[in-house]
Amino acid sequence: MNIYGVALLALAYLLGQWLGEALGILIGIDANVGGVGFAMIILMLLKEWFVKNSLLTYEMESGMDFWNKLYIPVVIAMAASLNVKSAVSAGTLAIAAGSIPVVVCFFVFPMIIKNFSPKNDGNTAQPD
Amino acid sequence: MEILLNLIEKNGLVFGFLVIGLIVLISDVISKKILKGKIPGSAIAIFLGLVLGYLGGVFTGGEKGLSDIQIFKGVGFLGGPMFRDFAIVATAMGASLYLVKRAGLLGMVSLFLGILLFFFIGVIIAFAWGYRDAASLCTIGAGACTYIVGPVTGAAVGASSEVIALSIATGVVKTIVVTIFTPIIAKRIHLNSPESAMAYGGLMGTSSGVAAGLAATDPKLVPYGAVTATFYTGLGCLLCPSIFFIVLKIILS
Repeated sequence: MNIYGVALLALAYLLGQWLGEALGILIGIDANVGGVGFAMIILMLLKEWFVKNSLLTYEMESGMDFWNKLYIPVVIAMAASLNVKSAVSAGTLAIAAGSIPVVVCFFVFPMIIKNFSPKNDGNTAQPD
Repeated sequence: MEILLNLIEKNGLVFGFLVIGLIVLISDVISKKILKGKIPGSAIAIFLGLVLGYLGGVFTGGEKGLSDIQIFKGVGFLGGPMFRDFAIVATAMGASLYLVKRAGLLGMVSLFLGILLFFFIGVIIAFAWGYRDAASLCTIGAGACTYIVGPVTGAAVGASSEVIALSIATGVVKTIVVTIFTPIIAKRIHLNSPESAMAYGGLMGTSSGVAAGLAATDPKLVPYGAVTATFYTGLGCLLCPSIFFIVLKIILS
């Protein structure tokens, strides 16, 4: 049933967010530390376990896949509810500090890829 | 008409689905018919979303873009943190745990480097604009990380509310810039594999911007970028008001 898939997704989501909140409190900051990332890893582990034990049905998968596909519409809705006006009119400092580091990172990015990409054998790469 | 408006207000989220569906439809038509598929429909849709967010701010003077207009409240709910995070987690369905593990080191390196670069470049820019006290510099540098790290740091180091607002605006500018430029620059910087998406997510950090930018580039890359980017805000909230603030104070004195 589809709802099993959605429920599994909800379980992974809540567990991950809980871990993120707990980690935030543990290190003493007022923020969720990687809750979504933990949730994603939990979901991948759960999925692997379900596949191994052949418990993952097509319907379950399509229940999760629906939310996966809804992702871009959600992002569009998010973009439409950002405070774009104040960002654009906050003055030159906000625009400079918000965009210059991004441009710098476009140049840094290829260097990181070159030096730290894993090679096919699974080990980390040697920069040559 | 009033009955319809009432109905929409009562069923905000459902109306939100309709609104977003229309935006996607219009964007698809623009992408296929006018631009001959040169820019993907999703990129246009996200950009249209930003434009609507801007217009919403102009009309209402509020802080939540289009969703400050009463009948579009549901759009804000659909684009709020709950649905956003839930949908991001769902993208992990299509990701391979093996690839995530293999690129672990790459992701970590880019995560730390990303926070370091954004923070200190942000500080330098704030310095160039005339700020000299550690609290303000630190808060604006943190805002250059994400629009959440900024206010969290500002509150921790005791920055003025004006500076905190500026740091939020800085973070939102970053999100917008990453959203728009990721699909444009992707080919040139070889952002085309799961590994590179993980590095990109770590380096850029803003999970909204990275996820939106990657969605417009290649939806298959979204989970890989998101999995590292989601650690960025937490790590930023940890480093900026503590170690970075102390380092900044030492440099200034």
